[in-house]
Amino acid sequence: MSAMRWRLLAPRNVRLLDRGRSERSAGGNGAQPARALSSPPVSASPPGRTLSSLSATRRGLPKAKMSENGVVPRAKVLTIDTMNPTVKNVEYAVRGPIVARAVELERELSEGMKKPFAEVIKANIGDAHAMGQQPITFFRQVLALCSYPELLNDSTFPDDAKSRARRILQSCGGNSMGSYSASQGIDSVRQDVARYIERRDGGVPCDPNNVYLTTGASDGIMTMLKLLVCGEGMTRTGVMISIPQYPLYSAALAELGAVQINYYLNEEKCWSLDISELQRALDEARNHCNPRALCIINPGNPTGQVQSRECIEDVIRFAAKEGLFLMADEVYQDNVYAEGCQFHSFKKVLFEMGPEYSDTVELASFHSTSKCYMGECGFRGGYMEIINMDDDVKAQLTKLVSVRLCPPVPGQALMDLVVNPPQPGEPSYDNFIKERSATLSALAEKAKLTEQILNTVEGISCNPVQGAMYSFPRIIIPEKAVKEATDKGQQPDMFYCMKMLEETGICLVPGSGFGQKDGTYHFRMTILPPRDKLQILLNKVQEFHQKFTQHYS
Amino acid sequence: MSQPALNGVSGPGKVLTLDSMNPNVKRVDYAVRGPLVQRAVQIEKELEQGVKKPFTEVIKANIGDAHAMGQKPITFFRQVLALCSYPDLLEDDKFPEDAKKRARRILGACGGQSIGAYSASQGIECIRQDVARYIERRDGGIASNPDTIYLSTGASDAIVTMLKLLVSGAGRDRTGVMIPIPQYPLYSAALADLGAVQVNYYLDEDRCWSLDVKELRRSLHAAREHCSPRVLCIINPGNPTGQVQNRQCIEDVIRFAKEEHLFLMADEVYQDNVYAEGCEFHSFKKVLFEMGPEYSSTVEMASFHSTSKCYMGECGFRGGYMEVINMDPEVKAQLIKLVSVRLCPPVPGQALLDLVVNPPQPDEPSYTSFMKERTAVLAALAEKARLTQEIFNAVPGITCNPVQGAMYTFPCITLPQKAIAKAKEEGQIADAFYCMRLLEEEGICLVPGSGFGQREGTFHFRMTILPPTEKLKIVLQKIREFHLRFTQEFS
Repeated sequence: MSAMRWRLLAPRNVRLLDRGRSERSAGGNGAQPARALSSPPVSASPPGRTLSSLSATRRGLPKAKMSENGVVPRAKVLTIDTMNPTVKNVEYAVRGPIVARAVELERELSEGMKKPFAEVIKANIGDAHAMGQQPITFFRQVLALCSYPELLNDSTFPDDAKSRARRILQSCGGNSMGSYSASQGIDSVRQDVARYIERRDGGVPCDPNNVYLTTGASDGIMTMLKLLVCGEGMTRTGVMISIPQYPLYSAALAELGAVQINYYLNEEKCWSLDISELQRALDEARNHCNPRALCIINPGNPTGQVQSRECIEDVIRFAAKEGLFLMADEVYQDNVYAEGCQFHSFKKVLFEMGPEYSDTVELASFHSTSKCYMGECGFRGGYMEIINMDDDVKAQLTKLVSVRLCPPVPGQALMDLVVNPPQPGEPSYDNFIKERSATLSALAEKAKLTEQILNTVEGISCNPVQGAMYSFPRIIIPEKAVKEATDKGQQPDMFYCMKMLEETGICLVPGSGFGQKDGTYHFRMTILPPRDKLQILLNKVQEFHQKFTQHYS
Repeated sequence: MSQPALNGVSGPGKVLTLDSMNPNVKRVDYAVRGPLVQRAVQIEKELEQGVKKPFTEVIKANIGDAHAMGQKPITFFRQVLALCSYPDLLEDDKFPEDAKKRARRILGACGGQSIGAYSASQGIECIRQDVARYIERRDGGIASNPDTIYLSTGASDAIVTMLKLLVSGAGRDRTGVMIPIPQYPLYSAALADLGAVQVNYYLDEDRCWSLDVKELRRSLHAAREHCSPRVLCIINPGNPTGQVQNRQCIEDVIRFAKEEHLFLMADEVYQDNVYAEGCEFHSFKKVLFEMGPEYSSTVEMASFHSTSKCYMGECGFRGGYMEVINMDPEVKAQLIKLVSVRLCPPVPGQALLDLVVNPPQPDEPSYTSFMKERTAVLAALAEKARLTQEIFNAVPGITCNPVQGAMYTFPCITLPQKAIAKAKEEGQIADAFYCMRLLEEEGICLVPGSGFGQREGTFHFRMTILPPTEKLKIVLQKIREFHLRFTQEFS
């Protein structure tokens, strides 16, 4: 089962996964045993833990009291064997072992250790500000005003920033961002989000009651998936995700014990989505689970494709025909660079297809403050819009989000600014547009540059970065390297990326972290570094690839 | 759940319905934001639209939301946050030097010097170091390792994460988690969501909501008949019950946890909110280490703190941390992996937490003003705690324990049989019925005791003591009048 295969990243994880998997199969939720990988039965025990007590703690069974008089020390309450098995199945490569090593290398460098590079470049994640992108001035002015309202008397702040801050503060309890908001999010912010969606979608109406503010898009996605998961064995909820995918999806599904259903994007056709592939994946999955949701990432992460309108229509028709709940991850909606490409929201297309679809197809769409031109990842702002959700379920959703009280209010405030930026005629408008355009045009240029340079390297081929923030080139790894990696129990592209990190200080994420067709290898690299740095980075990648290929030929 | 079909034939119905959704989510209950609060929001909207009510505003005393109740933020904290949000202000000489210094340090620890960058999933390293030093100071020098600190999105996030790690097994092997009754309903909600078994132990209302190890033992042994109890949750100072555990009791709990092989979860978010004379906050960590290596090297524990309570009350920022003690290194690796999926806690909340654990020092320019603000809030809370208890205990049919700590009173209310019967007719629990009437008649929003759990046949409500003193007096007065009226009506 390829869904399982690509998750195996490191020997350690192979062991953990295998054990977790056998427990899951025993639980009967449809996970098939993967091919045999040698899995040592028990991990090295930390001091103070004995084998006998290990078995005793399995499943947390009450143990005989043997330790009262100091004979045999007891195992811990919480061990790798007694912890939640679904958590063990979770993998998240974007912050996986390679990033852990990158952090270690940074520490070693700061301690004066000699390395073949002077700094670690973390191109593993779409973290714009960390890569030197400056925040949008207007946004930060308003946030400063909201944080410390005394500044409202400061004449150096523009009036439009002050009026935004006043409006946000007025909708906070006690006029303070330090109050809890409504669990669904601040009313006025949800209204602004609804108006933003309407403008974006050419007037298709949006009801603020269908908008839920979230702690980043991840939180919204996780919450929706949680609502959807039920059943056991053959009736366990299956969720269709693209391969390659953003590993939040596989991680969330593992944690929820849902069945991951892979559909493959077509690399030869610029990572496009093909309905016959969706059909194949769905039909196969129906033999062992109950597929109920279809997740789409558009623009694509890690693959950077932008879906055509026609393709979106096809997907919607497919979802309607097959009775699937649609989840549209649209966090890169402003990140479209390629000529002839345009972002179409699923919501807009759905409504333009007429009531036959717009009255029936259930859809959740996700957005975030972390990407686009603002790149404000640290604030964890976001929203989801739900369409055609059953009223009873909506009440359950509202209840569920209330347990976490509310999304962070500064992130909600930021979300408000993103959906309600300075307007023509307001003092901050020109500067806002200038900053926004500069970021987006630089990204477009970097998208082109990345594609161009990588495609000149023998053994690397990449599709155009039509949108989003990443390149996901295919790399040819020599047989010898594949063998050496396999001997080490590593995925070949993990082996490749780890070598690159050690030799060049560049931190990428191996394609196996996102999923890829068997026998193909990739990595994900963000295009966010400043142009000059990106150029250097790409040259280093080129040099490394050539050296690597030569070494293993 | 079917819906009208496109061509007259019965349609397939929605994909996601009450019948086909996650059954665990359906079992989740969270009274603090339950139907009463929804009605309160509705009433607020009606008031706005000019609907006549017997009151002019809704007072939401259902939740510990300090700023919403008019408490002002700590100036220093907000100055630093403004500086972090808009670093151009670092050039502004209106800001004190210590605020600028803190802001520079925080920004220096952020990628690209921006709080808009993702942080490490466990939280910004220098903030975790500051948290560790804070814990050491608090606990009289007992060492704290920054590697055992995890910053979180409010304490709720960390509590759910820890519970998630702990839940396993099926049927009789399913993890059981011991929680106090009354409890803060995050616990019951999280356990329902995770499909874990809730194991109730009752606090002793007659002894100021104290915890009795005999009751723990009773509850544990009963639970072992049907699940595998592995975790013991303690809330100290208590929510909703306001008791402060004494040192002896904490020692007993630790001994019990060791003896019975339980993972301890200590919810200590109200650690600065101790008002009663003779009461003092003792952290579980401190007591654990003072009990010697027999305990401190074996008992597994997680302790939780937050920016939302104490004197700062910054709920909206969702800042918090947990410290884990004696956690198996392999499990710790799994915990780090798990938190990494959510990328990072909100960075403004992390920054705020840093200020809470590293406030202005005596030789710094903001110290005096900080101490003044902090002391004023805590002194007012102590005064309100006393006032609340006094006024309620003067009402026939209401009895309440002293509010030793935290932010709530949880009085026992005597409800007439007729009211209980009437509520039953309407399919309501009597205290929910009572609170709904109070809301409709006086505009005061409380949470019924049934949302927290209570001994069968007793009824309570939770009310926060946060409103400003003058307003609190009015609230208490109104509740008194309502209670008398209600009692009379159903007598």
